[in-house]
Amino acid sequence: MGKSTVIPFGPQHPVLPEPLHLDLVVQDETVIDCLPQIGFVHRGLEKLVETRDYNQFIYVAERICGICAMGHSLGYAETVESLMGVEVPKRAEYLRVIWHELSRIHSHLLWLGLAADAFGFESMFMHCWRLRERILDIFEKTTGGRVILSVVRVGGVNRDIEDSELAAICQVLDGIKSEYKEIMDTLLTDMSVKNRTVGVGHISLEQANDLSMVGPFGRASGLGYDVRTFGKGAYGELSEFQPITDTQGDCYARVKVRCEEVLQSIGIIEELSAKIPAGDISVKVKGNPEDGARASNVLEQPRGECYYYAEGNGTKFLERMRMRTPTSQNLAGMVSALKGCDLADVNMIILTIDPCISCTER
Amino acid sequence: MGSFRLGAMTLRSMFKKPETLQYPKETKAPYPGQKGHVVNDVDGCILCGMCQRVCPCHCITVEKKERRWGIEPFMCIQCGSCVASCPTSCLSMDPAPTSISAEKFCRDLQVPEKEKQAS
Repeated sequence: MGKSTVIPFGPQHPVLPEPLHLDLVVQDETVIDCLPQIGFVHRGLEKLVETRDYNQFIYVAERICGICAMGHSLGYAETVESLMGVEVPKRAEYLRVIWHELSRIHSHLLWLGLAADAFGFESMFMHCWRLRERILDIFEKTTGGRVILSVVRVGGVNRDIEDSELAAICQVLDGIKSEYKEIMDTLLTDMSVKNRTVGVGHISLEQANDLSMVGPFGRASGLGYDVRTFGKGAYGELSEFQPITDTQGDCYARVKVRCEEVLQSIGIIEELSAKIPAGDISVKVKGNPEDGARASNVLEQPRGECYYYAEGNGTKFLERMRMRTPTSQNLAGMVSALKGCDLADVNMIILTIDPCISCTER
Repeated sequence: MGSFRLGAMTLRSMFKKPETLQYPKETKAPYPGQKGHVVNDVDGCILCGMCQRVCPCHCITVEKKERRWGIEPFMCIQCGSCVASCPTSCLSMDPAPTSISAEKFCRDLQVPEKEKQAS
């Protein structure tokens, strides 16, 4: 057994789209411990709730992260709505879920492109981002923005999608589905991908439970936890919803779960587009949250469960707004997955966990 | 095996229409309602100050006495709150983004006096 050495990994690294620093304690090319360090993109966004009123803060919330922008604005709006007892129109709930699932597809395609690039499939990276561009185009057409949508408001949504437009979206998704299946089959059946991912960074179901892991990271270990199964909002109107899980708990299982979730999201959008009821898209919200009123909410973001907590103080400003994001929940799982792996596998493990540092630091 | 499939996919795409535009020779026509910059039709403006109140980044200033309406375009996040809150619908979102500038500036507009309607 050789001497222990500490190798710094990040904050700038080719596989990391965002800054995360890891001190990897290695012995003979084997990682025996890992110390994560964050704090490079902390912006103090939760503190801004004191200077922006509850309607204005929604634009701050969606700037927490560029990839989960829709999810954060939706999660924040739902929390304030439950704080103030606001009932959202049915059509608005459907539209919110359609946009949220589109953002899940765009997030997973972005991740898949980066993963393909790390595997050495540079042309697959282009193919994935080509498909993602079509989703961004749908966003631009229906909301006016590509990444920051500013479409959710407390009490509903700002813009409607006409039925003809919804049919056009389903047609685009149909085109994406056939091309995506080809990309997915290529990636999942390739030998070089299997060689680098099967049995690497294993997390057992017990570990996933003990470490309270969320999202595709937990589901790849057989943890059937998905907030969408609670049936909140338009998710309750789905005829059937079963979270996609795998039992292997390795990098390959994580890739597989994320890949299949894209097809599941396309299915959700198609079903909700067919069922969407006519009616108003927002209600007028009057007054302020009561003094001492508290509300909490959970939402399934592309990377897993995100928890929101809000507290009112009788004014238009909230007393407290707190978010616990999926990556901060999964950091402990990431350390466990890294322990005992080869130094060369660290890239793959971190990439398949897909950490979102902007969300974690806020 | 996967590499062969990927190769076939890539080769096929050589005979398809390009997905990208040859920018700046070609540009995409903006969609209706696309975010760009906020414009004020000052003839309809009543200087009520609603836009200033709802703006999350405090980039709009309304000075009623001097009849001046101003916006700092590089501070604006194009959220559209001001456009939605405008009671006279004189504010609108133009799809063209604010052009590049070496300096930050405030776009000040003088709002003309309204003629009183004859009773």
